Amino acid sequence: MTQPDNNRAAALFQERFGIDERALDAALGTTLERQVDHADLFFEYTTQDSVALEEGIVKSGDRHLTQGVGVRAQSGERQGYAHADDIDLESVQLAATTARAIADAGGGETAVSTRGGPAVPSHDLYPIALAPTDVPIEEKVALLDAIDRYARALDPHVSQVMASVVSQNRHLMIAASDGTWVSDVQPLIRLNVSVIVESGGRRENGYQGMGGRMELSGVLTADGWHPLVDEAVRLALVNLEAVPCPAGTMDVVLGPGWPGVLLHEAVGHGLEGDFNRKKTSVFSDRIGERVAAPGVTVVDDGTIPGRRGSLNVDDEGTKTQRTVLIEDGILRGYMQDRLNARLMGQAPTGNGRRESYAHLPMPRMTNTFMLAGQDDPEEILHSVRNGLYAVSFGGGQVDITNGKFVFQCTEAYRIEDGQVTAPVRGATLIGNGPDVLTRVSRIGNDLEMDWGVGTCGKDGQGVPVGVGQPTLRIDQITVGGTEG
Amino acid sequence: MSLELATRALERAVAAGAHSGDAVLVEDESTEVRVRDNAIDHVTQARERCLGLRLFVATEGGLRQAITSTSDLAGDAVDRLAQDTVALARATAADPNAGLPDSGFALDFPELELFDPADADIDVDRHVGDARAAEAAARAVDPRIVNSEGSSSDSQLTRVAYANTAGFAGDYQRAGHSLVSSPIAAENGEMQTDYWFAVARRRSELESPESVGRRAAERALAQLGGKRIATCEVPVIFDPPTARGILGNLAACVSGYAVYRQSSFLAEKLGERIASDAVTIIDDGRLPGGLGSKPFDGEGLPTGRKTVVENGILRSFLLDHYSARKLGLASTGNASRSAGSAPGVAPTNLWIEPGAQSLDELVQTMGRGLLVTKLFGHGFNPVTGDFSRGAAGVWIENGEAVHPVEEITVAGNLADMLADIDAVGNDLLWMGSVAAPSLRVSRMTVAGE
Repeated sequence: MTQPDNNRAAALFQERFGIDERALDAALGTTLERQVDHADLFFEYTTQDSVALEEGIVKSGDRHLTQGVGVRAQSGERQGYAHADDIDLESVQLAATTARAIADAGGGETAVSTRGGPAVPSHDLYPIALAPTDVPIEEKVALLDAIDRYARALDPHVSQVMASVVSQNRHLMIAASDGTWVSDVQPLIRLNVSVIVESGGRRENGYQGMGGRMELSGVLTADGWHPLVDEAVRLALVNLEAVPCPAGTMDVVLGPGWPGVLLHEAVGHGLEGDFNRKKTSVFSDRIGERVAAPGVTVVDDGTIPGRRGSLNVDDEGTKTQRTVLIEDGILRGYMQDRLNARLMGQAPTGNGRRESYAHLPMPRMTNTFMLAGQDDPEEILHSVRNGLYAVSFGGGQVDITNGKFVFQCTEAYRIEDGQVTAPVRGATLIGNGPDVLTRVSRIGNDLEMDWGVGTCGKDGQGVPVGVGQPTLRIDQITVGGTEG
Repeated sequence: MSLELATRALERAVAAGAHSGDAVLVEDESTEVRVRDNAIDHVTQARERCLGLRLFVATEGGLRQAITSTSDLAGDAVDRLAQDTVALARATAADPNAGLPDSGFALDFPELELFDPADADIDVDRHVGDARAAEAAARAVDPRIVNSEGSSSDSQLTRVAYANTAGFAGDYQRAGHSLVSSPIAAENGEMQTDYWFAVARRRSELESPESVGRRAAERALAQLGGKRIATCEVPVIFDPPTARGILGNLAACVSGYAVYRQSSFLAEKLGERIASDAVTIIDDGRLPGGLGSKPFDGEGLPTGRKTVVENGILRSFLLDHYSARKLGLASTGNASRSAGSAPGVAPTNLWIEPGAQSLDELVQTMGRGLLVTKLFGHGFNPVTGDFSRGAAGVWIENGEAVHPVEEITVAGNLADMLADIDAVGNDLLWMGSVAAPSLRVSRMTVAGE
């Protein structure tokens, strides 16, 4: 892989805003005038554009610039944070003064180490020649027009097509009291297609998105976007035939890929360091214990090239890594940011993330998935006598403290006598995180990652994430539907 | 100052070739403190300023639109933004319905009690004190309150300035104060958490920290010992915090955008019965002190009071200028506009009119059924009305609470749920700009064991 000009971000903050080594040292020096355990500065300059189509025309183009600086001081468990959207020396100093004032009882780092210039992350997971925000808007408009024509030609029942393409380029720079000084440029693209189909007075929708940290050129070709539109239309047509979902406890087969959002909700959040330090997670103090059936191995991996959840460095400047969370059913590790790692006596794992400069970092997932097993997916379906085959989900939510999770199926079928039969509508799965992984009875050999659409919300902050899994059979899970 | 900046941006835009447009400048100052037990977890302070522009260029067949925003207001950045926005608009398609309202802008600016000058003095220490008081009150309720996710106190002061090329310019200030407490109750190895929050425009109107902490603790304690129940079809009562979630789902279905896109199950129901006659829903953007109150909407049109549902009959959608034009109707003053996003439709202050009975009376007269106190997940499809969400609450037999219930779902179709509302409580509770009293639905599917 090449080492491109990732120092573009550091150069941007210096040239455009005058933020150089002296400015960083002065601001960190201000926060360190009182003893603190750690202090850092986070600079962000993010451009985003989107174009959206509905009713056959691109009605609007959007372009947004988000810029700002956040200054943080930590002492013990306390954090002081101040942020401003002017990036200039005065704002940075003012924020530094504010941040240290409320975190002034610590001890530890008192001096700034020698820096020697901004570092480039030691891996480059998203090398691109042309930032997606630099692709001319006309090409994005043409893409959406083509998607509209193609979707309407696919099936006569298609009555509405909504499509959008979102391009983002995020420049960030982090400088910390331990000598960290690193910058990164993080591209992100996303293409969304939503269709409404009508037949016999019934109306249903189908949605599919795709994206990642890559060039836009990959989705501008027909080979790139046709599968997305095919999938959205297929989903809508399936739902047109869907019957009410049965309610009750039954065996469930989860399809590969995006249904990995179950892992994200059911166990991922419960393994984030902050909840475990505070002992508010059902997984607190359980390292080394069996938390899942044998054969279940779950990892969080921020280093997969081009994926939506991947990062060269996290938002605290820590290099990302692959972290084994559960190995053959045994709980092995938590996901950590610097604060929680320090307080728990563990190493940071590159999971310190924030939505923007206006937010404090927290331990967050990157790409979280279950490794493949041995079983043939067809055979897994046949192994269930009567149950539910859940292929795709709209999203989910978890209560960390009692472990209860819920998620909503957007494509699901009944399984009757080992055969997949009628599609069902309005199905919801509910369960208990620590319990559900002990009920995994079959693991497919077909690991897939999702299409690159996940956004995880925690404490009001959204960050892009990835999920994945092979086909799974889970015994006896509650399915919420309307047919008693 | 803010209005001048908005107006100047528009002048530059017209000079750069814009046919028309509007500009919004939002300035925010905020402080937030979170405390866990007695210790400060974090303090965050911020000030932000963001300019949003919406510009139209004229071409054959209609106007073309672009929307931009920036927090870079230095030097010639605003000039460049205006030029870029015009260039962006030229790349989009002509839309015969696009454009600003040409008349009917707000003329009067009533006093809406959106901030209290006395609150300017609230400092970090006051927030720390309030958050600590909420935390202490939660822990004092019962020895089984053993831990917490913390208690937070925050204040925010926002100034909004809006101007358009049709001649309207106006600005206003609003404040927001809130308190949240999230204690954890534990017993026999089981942990349960819940939260309570209070939010108000004036600090003096905020529920006390002691009350917020106590109610949060009581809700967490009430879930200890929760059981699953057998799958059944029973009457279901939603308490005010969960009922407001259902009203939020309904609000999305009466938004003009969902209606003209035919992506709402209520799209063709204007003037028809969509709920039982116990249901009346009002949207009023000028409620004094209201969390959704403002003198004018995101396009400069006056906010006002409208009946959305009257005794079960759908009387009005929520509309901005564009969605109204698409539907051949008039804007209802529900344009929402933040600096960093495209205009859309949102409720102002939206509520279900309270009925006569208390929550206790609704429970007593229910017989056997479920009282829902927690809903989670996002299982609602506006196109079909299908509703299926995770829930927790209390099982009721003979009109009395028997035991807590957890790990269940409640499911139905919103059209049926609205028709089956057989009683509305007298306990309307404002926890935001969308509010509801307790609602009783005569029949829903509860999925459990």
